[in-house]
Amino acid sequence: MVIPLLMAIAVASTQNLSIFDPASPPAESIRSLSVLVLAITGFIFVVVEGILIYSIFRFRAVAPPPDLSTTSAGTAEPPQVYGSKPIEIAWTAAPALIVFVLVLVTARTLWEVNVPPPQPREGDNTLFVTVVGRQWWWEYQYDYYNGRELGFTTANELHMPAGEEGVPRPVYLTLKSADVCHSFWVPRLAGKTDVIPGRVNSMWFQTDRPGLYVGQCAEYCGTQHANMLIRVVADSPGDFESWMENEGKPATEDAHVSAGRSAFLAQSCVNCHRVRGTAAQGTYAPDLTHLMSRQTLASGMVPNTPENLRRWVADPQPIKPGCLMPAFGLDDRERDDIVRYLLTLR
Amino acid sequence: MNNVVANFQLAVASRQVRNLPPQEDHDVSAAGTITAGQATEQALPLPPAITAERTLSPGQWGLLSFLVSEVALFGTLIVTYVFYLGKDVVGPTPAEALSLSLVLFTTACLLASSGTVHLAERTLGRGNQGGFMQWWLATIVLGVVFLAGTAFEWRDLIYRHHLTISRNLFGTTYYTLVGLHALHVTGGVIVMVIVLGLALRRQVTTANRAGVGLVSWYWHFVDGVWVVVFTVVYLVGR
Amino acid sequence: MAIVEEPREIAHEPAAPPWTAVLHEWVTTVDHKKIGIMYVLMAVVFLVIGGCEALLIRWQLLRPRYDFLGPDTFNQMFTMHGTTMVFFMGMPILIGFGNYLVPLMIGARDMAFPRLNALGFWVSLFGGLLVYLSFATGGAPAIGWFAYAPLTERTFARSAATDFWALGLAVSGVGTLAAAVNFMATILGMRAPGMALRKVPFFVWTILWTSVLIIFAIPPLTAGLAMVLLDRNLGAHFFDVQNGGSALLWQHIFWFFGHPEVYILILPVFGMVSEIIPVFARKVLFGYEFMAAATAAIAFISLGVWAHHMFAVGMSRTADLFFVVSTGIISIPTGIKFFNWLATMYGGRISFASPMLFCIGFLSMFLIGGLTGIMLSAAPWNFQLTDSYFVIGHFHFVLIGGTLFGVMAGIHYWYPKVTGRMLSERLARWQFWLFYIGFMLTFGPMHISGMLGMPRRIYTYDADRGWAFWNQLTTVGAIIQGSSFVIFMYNLFTSLRAGRPAGDDPWDAWTLEWSTASPPPSYNFEVIPTVHSRRPLWDLKHPDDPDWQYE
Repeated sequence: MVIPLLMAIAVASTQNLSIFDPASPPAESIRSLSVLVLAITGFIFVVVEGILIYSIFRFRAVAPPPDLSTTSAGTAEPPQVYGSKPIEIAWTAAPALIVFVLVLVTARTLWEVNVPPPQPREGDNTLFVTVVGRQWWWEYQYDYYNGRELGFTTANELHMPAGEEGVPRPVYLTLKSADVCHSFWVPRLAGKTDVIPGRVNSMWFQTDRPGLYVGQCAEYCGTQHANMLIRVVADSPGDFESWMENEGKPATEDAHVSAGRSAFLAQSCVNCHRVRGTAAQGTYAPDLTHLMSRQTLASGMVPNTPENLRRWVADPQPIKPGCLMPAFGLDDRERDDIVRYLLTLR
Repeated sequence: MNNVVANFQLAVASRQVRNLPPQEDHDVSAAGTITAGQATEQALPLPPAITAERTLSPGQWGLLSFLVSEVALFGTLIVTYVFYLGKDVVGPTPAEALSLSLVLFTTACLLASSGTVHLAERTLGRGNQGGFMQWWLATIVLGVVFLAGTAFEWRDLIYRHHLTISRNLFGTTYYTLVGLHALHVTGGVIVMVIVLGLALRRQVTTANRAGVGLVSWYWHFVDGVWVVVFTVVYLVGR
Repeated sequence: MAIVEEPREIAHEPAAPPWTAVLHEWVTTVDHKKIGIMYVLMAVVFLVIGGCEALLIRWQLLRPRYDFLGPDTFNQMFTMHGTTMVFFMGMPILIGFGNYLVPLMIGARDMAFPRLNALGFWVSLFGGLLVYLSFATGGAPAIGWFAYAPLTERTFARSAATDFWALGLAVSGVGTLAAAVNFMATILGMRAPGMALRKVPFFVWTILWTSVLIIFAIPPLTAGLAMVLLDRNLGAHFFDVQNGGSALLWQHIFWFFGHPEVYILILPVFGMVSEIIPVFARKVLFGYEFMAAATAAIAFISLGVWAHHMFAVGMSRTADLFFVVSTGIISIPTGIKFFNWLATMYGGRISFASPMLFCIGFLSMFLIGGLTGIMLSAAPWNFQLTDSYFVIGHFHFVLIGGTLFGVMAGIHYWYPKVTGRMLSERLARWQFWLFYIGFMLTFGPMHISGMLGMPRRIYTYDADRGWAFWNQLTTVGAIIQGSSFVIFMYNLFTSLRAGRPAGDDPWDAWTLEWSTASPPPSYNFEVIPTVHSRRPLWDLKHPDDPDWQYE
């Protein structure tokens, strides 16, 4: 009683990362393959384990076990069978055949899933983003959409257009690393692809269902590997265009927070962070130009609320221990000013 | 499924399988021994005669196994060296830094030392301890000359070409590969010196020349590795 | 001259040697049996340590966002758990079995190089201690047991812990290599008269091929570890991406070692199981020649499958396909072995003493592990499953379900020979069932959480991921498993005194070790036996119907 209830509760409130609930062609191809492989291996399991269980019962010694402390020169042994060449060939050939079939099916899916990226073209409805994996957050450099060059950078939330009315809008990711190996994994959209320093990888996915698709880094990359979360937001094409337009703009200038803005620019924040349209042009940390357009902070860890933002700016370590942003020893006033400024970066 | 069972039954029926006769009171002390009570039974089967197996000695098998592991070790470093050729971000390149003249001479010495060690073995086999020591010493000397030449070459590389292990990829892979080989030559020289010491005390004779054979196998191997390393580093990769 | 009479000493029983003398004997021994026992004891100690590390990991993952362990400590725990279990538990215990049994099984008095044998053990132990010394630097390394570059570079792993790790592994690798060289020389050069290579007990054959794998696979690891040490300490650039180094090169080198490594961890177990099942089914091993050929095939192919650990790194589709094919091919000889074991049992008269119980556990669990391996070999599916908890489930099924269950079978089978006493069957049954159930409860759910998107090596997870329930099942299972190990250790140590005396041949078995006393004398055999078949004792016990007529 308790367990199904627990499971029901768990399912009701969960994000969905199941590889068996694909929302994108590569994930769908993989699921088809997996069902076939499961069927074959399931069959093998039933047959072989069945023979094992059958043998255990059918051929158990019915006499009481021999007295262990004497050698049993007296008990009869069952017929000794040394081997049989035909049988060996049979059970070599059958698995070989199964392997052959599996290889063929695997190869077909492999060619379906690992498609090299095309060149951006006018009217291709395709989004090209360069993903840079960094300890312990994700940078997204928007390169092209529908053939149009973009050129803005965001962090931690990947927006993409969903396909609509039979028009697919694929997303091609170019994967790079700024430091160590990471891996980009959003199970419902595609299999994972590693992000390796010194190497450029690529992957693709597309979906017709707008919504949030979550995942996380899948290659151990240090202290906060567990919290390098991925959020892919599939917008309707119209919403996506609006989002893009907003992101492309430089930071809003709100005179009410000029104190905070000056404080921000005077701190070493600018060494790492970028806010387009200001003197802050750091490239080491997330781009903050449209910080408030994101739903979360710390790469998906906490909701993006003023309170959390205040806690983060004061000292990120309690939220994400070991992350590469230190506390700056701001006094309350500086901190509140800066937060007030950041809250205007929509 | 039926086929499998049928095949099994076939196997049971064939001469590969047999049922035991009911056990009787026999003395089963050793194969082939027949006790009086069995005189009326058929004679117990006698096994075929055993032919002595021709095999290497355990020492030879051991050294061979060790040498195969060394092939895997050097192989990894050679593959790494080749993989990283041309991938340097800064100079000097192999073509700029490496010169053939000295290394050709040291290579010749090392190859000659394979000859001298072989001669040493042969001389010992004929019982000539003095001759053995001379050829053995020649091998050691040639080995030392090789090492000295390497040291000379490295001094030149470091001071004139500024090539160190941390300079660039070429430095990293070159010093690791050639250095590991030089370490093996050094090990071989040390072992040969020990054997020479034993020989001076008249403890190396025809009777116990197996150990000398093993050392010479090692030495030939080290030479063989050098041929590969030399070819890859100084000829192909330059 | 006065004659002084010395008081006469009364003759009495020699006193038991002082513990210092016993310790000295063990520390300086070159006897393969004692060295084998020391390897096993070393492995048992590290098993307990590695098990505690696992329990800590499982406790931390009991609840979402739990703060029992911080991220750094957790990351150290899984690094050390993996390193310990693979290098200081798995390999030593199998080398220990090999050391003890191979000379006895081939009718030799010792290994080919007894002193090298001792050196190999002490060096292996020293390597393990070196790795654990890393705790003294302020924390163990937190790099994962396969230590992907460039996480191991000085920039990202600042403390000396990683250096201790690399050095300790390189050092213990020397010990492992020494053992392999010794096995090769012993098996190839010291068999009893009449024991042709195709007539050795199956365990000996598997140790031979394990040694071949060690010889090919350990040196690349050593080379890779040297590269890491050079990068970290002498400014080399092997894995320095900014200077042209390649992170992928480490992966290739490591997995070129790493895949044969797992076959090193399973082949001796295949051998043990191939000795035990026939004895408890009272039937000769079915298809010895095919089993032997399959073993050699597995060894060869295992050198060509390594990049199936790297399907997600972005290799070309052709390269991926090559490894799909080679991995698929290796499942064929493995399947052959499985069927041969079943055929050995089929038609037999099976009794279920503890060694056989563990063999059945092995068969049932290793099958599952092998099948999830086939799933993982389907490269596109691997893109989803790799680096997730599914893989952790898979490899624990083969390493615990396979290796450890097989080792337990071996311990319960050969303990009487080593100690002269029987283990308690009652305790063994309790251990078996707790182990079996606990094991399935621990690792079964991991396949599910993996398919639900849970990656490896995360110190915590959000409640809304839907993984908590499966993690809780796993943690409960781990605790049950832990209890089985307590029973095991209790059985192991109390049976030394309280176990029933075993006699030479308690199981009515057929290989040469059962012809010696239990425990065997230091010289093993009074007279080196001459053998004619794979089951010399069967020939002796059934002189009217010896094996050599049918081999």
